[in-house]
Amino acid sequence: MTLSAAQVAPQKPWQSSPKEMAPTFLLLLASLAASVAVVAITPMKGKLAYAFLFFIFGTASLSIRKWRIRGRAAAADAIVSSIALTGATLVFTPVISILATTISHGVKGLHWSLFTQTMFSASYQDPISAGGLLHALVGTLYLILISMILSVPMGILTALYLTEIKGPGANFIQFIVQAMSGVPSVVAGLFIFASIIVTTPIKASAIAGAFALSILMIPTVTRTAQEVLLLVPNDLREAGQALGATQWKTVATIVVPAARNGLITATILGVARIAGETAPLLFTIGGSDKLNWNPFKDYQGALPFYVWKGLLMGTPESIQRAWTGILILLILVLLLFVAARTLGGRRMKSK
Amino acid sequence: MAEKVAPPSPREITTKPRVSDRVFRGTVTGVGMLSLLILTLIGLFLALRGFQTFKSEGISFLTGYKWESVTSDSGKVTNVFGVGAMLIGTVLIALVALFVGVPLSVLCALFLTFYVPDRLKKLLVSVVDLMAAFPSILYGLWGYFVLMPMAEYWAKLLYKYLRWIPIFDAPQPFFERSPFIAGLVLAIMIIPIVTSVSREIFAQTPLDRIQAAYALGATRWAMIKTVVLPFGSSGVVGGAMLGLGRAFGETVAVFSVLNVVFKANFHILYGAGGNVASMIILKWGEAVGDETKALLAAGFVLFVLTLLINMAANSIVKRTLKSGK
Amino acid sequence: MTFSYDKDDGDDMSVEIALSKSSLGDVAKERAAAKTPGNAPLGSGLEARSIHAWFGKHHAVSDISLDFAAGTVTALIGPSGCGKSTFIRTLNRMHEFIPSAAMAGEVLLDGKDVYAKGTDVTKVRLQIGMVFQKPNPFPSMTIGENVLSGLKLAQLKVSDRDDLMQECLERAGLWSEVKDRLGAHAGGLSGGQQQRLCIARALAVKPKVLLMDEPCSALDPGSTLRIEDTIGQLAQTMTIIIVTHNMQQAARVSDYTAFFLSDGGPGSMIEVGPTNEIFSRPRDERTENYVSGRFG
Repeated sequence: MTLSAAQVAPQKPWQSSPKEMAPTFLLLLASLAASVAVVAITPMKGKLAYAFLFFIFGTASLSIRKWRIRGRAAAADAIVSSIALTGATLVFTPVISILATTISHGVKGLHWSLFTQTMFSASYQDPISAGGLLHALVGTLYLILISMILSVPMGILTALYLTEIKGPGANFIQFIVQAMSGVPSVVAGLFIFASIIVTTPIKASAIAGAFALSILMIPTVTRTAQEVLLLVPNDLREAGQALGATQWKTVATIVVPAARNGLITATILGVARIAGETAPLLFTIGGSDKLNWNPFKDYQGALPFYVWKGLLMGTPESIQRAWTGILILLILVLLLFVAARTLGGRRMKSK
Repeated sequence: MAEKVAPPSPREITTKPRVSDRVFRGTVTGVGMLSLLILTLIGLFLALRGFQTFKSEGISFLTGYKWESVTSDSGKVTNVFGVGAMLIGTVLIALVALFVGVPLSVLCALFLTFYVPDRLKKLLVSVVDLMAAFPSILYGLWGYFVLMPMAEYWAKLLYKYLRWIPIFDAPQPFFERSPFIAGLVLAIMIIPIVTSVSREIFAQTPLDRIQAAYALGATRWAMIKTVVLPFGSSGVVGGAMLGLGRAFGETVAVFSVLNVVFKANFHILYGAGGNVASMIILKWGEAVGDETKALLAAGFVLFVLTLLINMAANSIVKRTLKSGK
Repeated sequence: MTFSYDKDDGDDMSVEIALSKSSLGDVAKERAAAKTPGNAPLGSGLEARSIHAWFGKHHAVSDISLDFAAGTVTALIGPSGCGKSTFIRTLNRMHEFIPSAAMAGEVLLDGKDVYAKGTDVTKVRLQIGMVFQKPNPFPSMTIGENVLSGLKLAQLKVSDRDDLMQECLERAGLWSEVKDRLGAHAGGLSGGQQQRLCIARALAVKPKVLLMDEPCSALDPGSTLRIEDTIGQLAQTMTIIIVTHNMQQAARVSDYTAFFLSDGGPGSMIEVGPTNEIFSRPRDERTENYVSGRFG
């Protein structure tokens, strides 16, 4: 018996073989041909017409085939399948377009002096070979660092409150954190202007910008950290406490180390959330064109601000700057994103 | 028997936390409360700074269409501040975004949950998450240079064939930087939010109901219609409202592709629209004194609006997710 | 004669459509037939030939061949993890919902392999119904809608819905309890009632075979007895395969019993035979140990 079992190979008879797929491919091919033909003989024109007709012909032919061999329910199923596929395609097309245009426009302006020079002695209308965005890089670096110092401890401690203390207020605070994550970025900027810049000695500078960004970063860090802390098995906590450790010791020596990678992920996702924010900076950092090493004083530049200026200026040269700036920003965000994914943590739950 | 035995009173269990624990609990609780403090301060400061505007403009701050700060030759400043047109525009653009974005998101979420094989699913889910991480100025730049030329053409088609529907009509055939285009950009920006919320909810559909439907000879669509959609619909509404909150507050991307005009315009294809957030950055540069205060007041209005929508959305999503457990 | 489900062949297609029509179209005639046992369109039963099942690399079920004669009740018994549930899920093709699942072998319904290329899996499941371990009525539907939900799901037309609803509920032994509240939501029923509602729901699409995967394990003894009663009634008109942990239940309801066991490797069938023989004089020592309660 075991011998014969070893000889039988696992099969998946429910999967379609290439032969079974052939009619589908043929019908799609025919639909494509039909849409080309219709575009040729009617006044309809353009990519939109091709796409629309292909969708109509493809859906119709596939569902009619299903109707003939499987009946009405199968035809309805085929229609919905092709609508769902089309919907998903429409969702993912912009992503591809965004990546492609950013890269193709952006690389044209890449050159080394971008990273060594500032806009102090160059104008946005100059060709991109003049000047650079060192000041903006330094500014963005400062903004990220200070925002991290402000938000990560608070985000993680809030997450600890929500997962470890679970006090009577936990549900309410959870609600507040969620509400906070919905605060529009422009409001965060206005708030820091109305509170800190107007009333305290801190004027428009990197630190003021970081305050505004922290309002956006704290809820992101909190929510991700909370998800990660919830994944730490309760046995570990109980084991710690059964050994006579205090709750503080248990959290510090068992829970947090167990969730370490996830907490780093939370931090990275928080940084990714704010690295490209523009609106809050418009009210808080001044948007300097020269290098400023002091994060606590004087106007500061930032990458998004550089892009913003280039876009607003509207000349071909300034727009080239915007594309190149956004490419560098996009690369930064992508790196952060990949780092967060590699460390995992966030998706541990969904396997 | 006759003796009455007093029911035992529950013994109190007391544990006196050690000092280190009390410090830990105190610190963590205190920090936990900070977010409440921040949220309160945001409302308080914006309301306080905008108070003068609310007082001088009254209800017409919300209903008026005019936004003027004129200094006469004698140096007298005349101010009229109203965000009515901007509020109308904000809602209009957000509705365009929802109308386009929500169906696509729901389809995409269904596709990701029930149609694609596991390995491809992981990749596509990552892409959706990445979309959420794109800076909004990237959407603005792309929207202006790539989407707008296309969308202008679509707008012309809509105008040509559907102008008998009032919202597709336009006073002049001028379709650049219209609420329609801003709505499309916003639609793409809210898709990741609505998709991931919907996906999370669809994935919570009780497996035994799904199996029951399939065991009765259901096709995939019949199963989705009878099991998944009744279960997930209210959660999708919650997700759509989270998207709405995002759409209301989005600034830079909308500003890049919208022609802000202080007039109530219900023709979505026509290149003149409004949006509270864009208006704030449009006017910020040149604003001084009272106008700055008026902009802070506008920020307060925006804050309250998005806060209410988000709170409602979050409670709806939470309730749906609970009902699946 | 062997039928083929090959869709490119016109004749066979018409055979299949005719089949599905005869099993669903003329409800009145069918019902009349169902009420007079003996005349029931029982078909020729279900036959599993060398069934294997895998989850990824894990070989869960090995080489099971079993004949389920029309109109009989077969109980599958065995300790947890012996592959009983996996096996019956291969019979109505519910196994394939697990992404890593694979199988080998043939399942013949009236002589036709349900895994043959081009077979419409939804039609297979219409003919081989299933009742699950945990009652799973659709909570958004009323009791009446639940009974007829299978028709709606498969988009089948029926001339007399009310009659069909009543008939199914009667056969499931639930009619007298719910006839006055067919419009109420199914969630208000007790667990046992919900399970009988699920049976009624499975009956509404007129399956030839009914698979029951531990249908009473979540129910109290009273409800269990009622369902066993129902099974006895149903067996006159259809083929029933029931997975159970409860040996008394197997002894009470089934005509045949198959004993499954896994010795650490894939689950396989140790022995099959008439129920009284399996319980009174099993041929295999392991079966004897199990039915006498020495392990499991």
